[in-house]
Amino acid sequence: MQPSRDDFVIAIRSAFLSKSAQQRFSLLLLIFFSLILISLSKFNFKAIDFVRMSFKEVAYRSSFIVSIPEKYIKISYYSLMDHLQLYKDYKDTKNELQILKSKELNNKYIIAENQRLKETIEEIKFSTEDIFAKVLLDKDSPFLKSFIINKGSKQKIKIGMAVLDKGYLVGKIVEVNFLTSRVLLLTDLNSKIPVNIEPGAIQSIMSGTGNDYGQIQYFKKQKNISEGNIVYTSGAGGVFNSGIPIGKIELDNNKNLQVNYFTDFSQLRFVKISLYEEIN
Amino acid sequence: MVKFQKRKITNKVLKSFPIILLFVSVLNEFDFNYLDFKYFSFNFPFILVFYWSLKKNDSLAYGFIFIAGLFNDAVNGLPIGLSSLSYLLVCGFAAYLRNITLRPDLFKDWLFFLMTICVTNSLIYFLIVVFFEINLNYLDYIFNIFFTFLFYIIFAYFFDIYQRFIFKKEND
Repeated sequence: MQPSRDDFVIAIRSAFLSKSAQQRFSLLLLIFFSLILISLSKFNFKAIDFVRMSFKEVAYRSSFIVSIPEKYIKISYYSLMDHLQLYKDYKDTKNELQILKSKELNNKYIIAENQRLKETIEEIKFSTEDIFAKVLLDKDSPFLKSFIINKGSKQKIKIGMAVLDKGYLVGKIVEVNFLTSRVLLLTDLNSKIPVNIEPGAIQSIMSGTGNDYGQIQYFKKQKNISEGNIVYTSGAGGVFNSGIPIGKIELDNNKNLQVNYFTDFSQLRFVKISLYEEIN
Repeated sequence: MVKFQKRKITNKVLKSFPIILLFVSVLNEFDFNYLDFKYFSFNFPFILVFYWSLKKNDSLAYGFIFIAGLFNDAVNGLPIGLSSLSYLLVCGFAAYLRNITLRPDLFKDWLFFLMTICVTNSLIYFLIVVFFEINLNYLDYIFNIFFTFLFYIIFAYFFDIYQRFIFKKEND
């Protein structure tokens, strides 16, 4: 028994401690170093944050450069598909435009009326400041739904700002570096957004599922939520302004409610970051 | 002379293929791990690191593996150091297997790889969920392990061919 245990110890020692001519560091040393980095990740020291931020800037830029050939192929594919669909899209757009034109007049009236009513009840007014950003890196991971944009603290991006695509909410800023930021998508498991379901003004929390749909949580079952209802941000908690459209309520195969997002998260190339500030 | 030097450079690039592939796979936006099918994902760097640490230890420097892990964490938004730790653990398991193996057998390597990724992923899952309190879908992780295990044999086959072709003289 003794020799086999010795063999085991020798093999382990050789694997983790010894290094061959090509290796500059032993495995154990690097594992130890990784553990130190992981421990430091948990705590927020200014110096470590600065190093981490600089490293991330380098990593994001490198990743962007490495991804250029693949991005080129992807863009070419989509533009080819767009060309093939051009005529159909033209027809649809023409029809849609006609409908929208008629709705626009109605909208203008409703907005003016809404403004007037808000002034009557003295609700706090918000001003929005929009920053447009390019999606630098969209690494579609099964574990973390997020992407990197090319705007950071230099452009006054702050944690918690709303990120929109064509007026629809797509996520919020969760990490800010000097020239880049990370956006946590609504689809991520860790995403929790206070929402308002219309009609009925039902307040709830929408959470990501890691898939292409969201889940409505914390509402009484008897509440009258049905297929086709629209989900907006509620503005509760003061993170986002109220009324940003998110998605539509649909029923899945098991007749459970789910939110079908308006945005196609795989097609994001440019996004709008909105900062809502109170007007004194 | 120029021709000789060119051949030398090409040879060096070809021999550095595993490390180049590792960096490309962690930095590229297209993830080998995720092809947009439900539950389908596999950890390509695990396969790469395990295979080359086992078969041709000198082709993957530990320092580079460590840095590749850091890049992977930065790109994926994971806490810095997690991927490095997982890759290095995979290296450690592969080195251990190399030390105890007299007659290499692909099937045994494959089973050992399953044990390696189970242990490594369990540790990483524990760190992410308990230490960093980030939510992860457990089922996704299980499928990731399963497909990584399945794909090892396929990639090992291609890597074997490459290795025989490029490292021919050294193997002899």
